[in-house]
Amino acid sequence: MAQVTQLIHDYLRHNKKFPHVYCAGCGHGIVLGSLIRSVHGLGYAKDDIVLVAGIGCSGRMAVYVDFNTVHTTHGRALTFATGIKMANPALKVIVVMGDGDAMSIGGNHLIHAARRNIGLTVLVLNNNIYGMTGGQYSPTSPEGTVSATSPFGQLERAFDIVDMAVASGASYVARGTVLHATMLDGLISAALEKPGFNLVEILTPCHTQYGRKNNFKTVVDMYQWYKKNTVKLENYQKMADVDRSGLTPIGVFRDEGRIGLEVRYAQLRNKLQEQGTCQSSTN
Amino acid sequence: MSKKKGQAKVTIYQDWCKGCGICAAFCPAGVFAMRSDGKSHVVRESECVNCGFCELHCPDFAVSVTPRETSRRKTDGLFDPRAEVPESPCSSDPGPEEHVGTPNREEDHGHKKA
Repeated sequence: MAQVTQLIHDYLRHNKKFPHVYCAGCGHGIVLGSLIRSVHGLGYAKDDIVLVAGIGCSGRMAVYVDFNTVHTTHGRALTFATGIKMANPALKVIVVMGDGDAMSIGGNHLIHAARRNIGLTVLVLNNNIYGMTGGQYSPTSPEGTVSATSPFGQLERAFDIVDMAVASGASYVARGTVLHATMLDGLISAALEKPGFNLVEILTPCHTQYGRKNNFKTVVDMYQWYKKNTVKLENYQKMADVDRSGLTPIGVFRDEGRIGLEVRYAQLRNKLQEQGTCQSSTN
Repeated sequence: MSKKKGQAKVTIYQDWCKGCGICAAFCPAGVFAMRSDGKSHVVRESECVNCGFCELHCPDFAVSVTPRETSRRKTDGLFDPRAEVPESPCSSDPGPEEHVGTPNREEDHGHKKA
């Protein structure tokens, strides 16, 4: 099974500085590996994939992987991706965003991209903190999080990315963790294949900025925490409310398979051209 | 999947390992150990049951597990498209080890972390 590692090396840009910039134990590397395995497993050519990333630790992912890549401005990854998808619907557009990128500065873009149901695959890497900028608390930091900007514990309630995406109208919504890597491969593969706006929230640990200040002695403790405190959605739904406290469900939350905006747009254009109500672009 | 021991050869690219300890903590057979150099080392390769956890979970792509015989894993189906290619995809490229310590700063376009 050295093929797994070999395969990942095949998709990396080896002229970039390696080992990559992520801290020891950061889950972003596992997500990158999972994404590569999923893309390879589905048989997409490298040139058919566009990886759009925002700013933050997750933004570095676009630098390392040998697809068509765009490293965009903070929070605007979805706007660039929308443009790319509408201009060339044949491309498979993957958007990688962090939790701060997706839920705070890019929050409005996320809900409207989901509402439009445009055919994008969005991976939100949720590490509960603004890692790269110095450990400020983010919209997904749980209540009571100790961070650089909340030394006595933060008082705000956290966003639930999955609930937000479901409420906004995304076609496929799932949540996975980097510890459950085989399951994550399946979720990302499904999100790549399905039509419409597909979002996968991935829980990934940030020990450097989040874990150290919140009683996780080592990064391994954070992975152990995921092991103890996540439960598959099927089992979560069977549990009584009292047993659910502190647990995070993982799995597929919505799977509607609605066709994307770019397909409906093409259908409308063809229909109008047949009717002769608008001129073809070749005229 | 049978859990026979000694099924695989385990290799760690020491130059890529950052010593996070995930492989050592989660390996069901205790193949890895962290040493004073801050990196993971293969200490009990004969115990390896070829489960593949370390390969999937190494964030730095530093662990490689080569089965001695044909294995049956959940992930095996993923690699069918290239299974018949005898030469490994990277063999013509310089290997990862050769790039370590030679950062190409001109091509890094200022992405280097401050």
